[in-house]
Amino acid sequence: MVDGMTPAPRDGVINEHRFAIPGLDITPLPPAFRVSLRAGPDDVGALSQALDVGLPVAPKSSAIGKSGRQALWLGPDEWLIIDAEADPMIDLEKAKAVHSAVDISHRNVALAISGRRARATLEAGCPQDLAERAFPVAACSRTVLGKIEVVLLREGPERFRLECWRSFADYAWTFLSEAALAARP
Amino acid sequence: MLLIACPYCGEERPELEFRHAGEAHVARPDPIAEIDDAAFEAFFFLRDNPKGLIWERWRHVHGCGRFFNAVRDTVSDRFITTYKAGEVRREVVRDDEGGYQLKGEER
Repeated sequence: MVDGMTPAPRDGVINEHRFAIPGLDITPLPPAFRVSLRAGPDDVGALSQALDVGLPVAPKSSAIGKSGRQALWLGPDEWLIIDAEADPMIDLEKAKAVHSAVDISHRNVALAISGRRARATLEAGCPQDLAERAFPVAACSRTVLGKIEVVLLREGPERFRLECWRSFADYAWTFLSEAALAARP
Repeated sequence: MLLIACPYCGEERPELEFRHAGEAHVARPDPIAEIDDAAFEAFFFLRDNPKGLIWERWRHVHGCGRFFNAVRDTVSDRFITTYKAGEVRREVVRDDEGGYQLKGEER
């Protein structure tokens, strides 16, 4: 971020939405700093040091730093950095390694999907195998939910974080809440 | 649903995450400014469109974002193999039972 700039406050599009039925909670998550980071394999070490979180190099994996900063593997040279507190761009500015960092804090909206029916609800629209053996805790992936692209991170056995584009948030919300009701036993 | 093995993700993923990206191993002539119209037409427009084995590029667009190559049977829609972009073309042979085997890895 350029000196003197303050992050623009932004109301999420689905801030006030709440969805809770037995076995399932869908909650919009508060705004966070997000960076789309691209870099070659040789620069992973230096960037991990600058960000204070080890950038994962294995497919479908994520890492979490001491401060709670998350790094999600999206592709062989692409990561999504999420931080609720501090702007990763400030740390990346200090990194000498060649990289591309784009602030996408305002592009994404995040939802938490939790409860014993979280997986079944997501699987209504996500074609990936979300069983724990295939998609364990800390696994993350860019994938599809219904008609939109999302990034999915498993934060716990029964808790997922879903990141989607801001303009898709209403679709994601409606899709998940409808799916939850339809899937209710 | 069809599962496609992404060589970058190292696992099979649902076809909804992928997008077809044309024929593979189409080399751009160099220097392209010196080729005649017929050669340019062949490079730019003409594709094999075979019935049977085809070498294609695919992109894991809703996944790791990478382009890769795949060998697919256009009749059965079966993917015989996939491999990273830039790797040499994988040769495939037909076995006695009508299935496909990677050349050099026949049973």
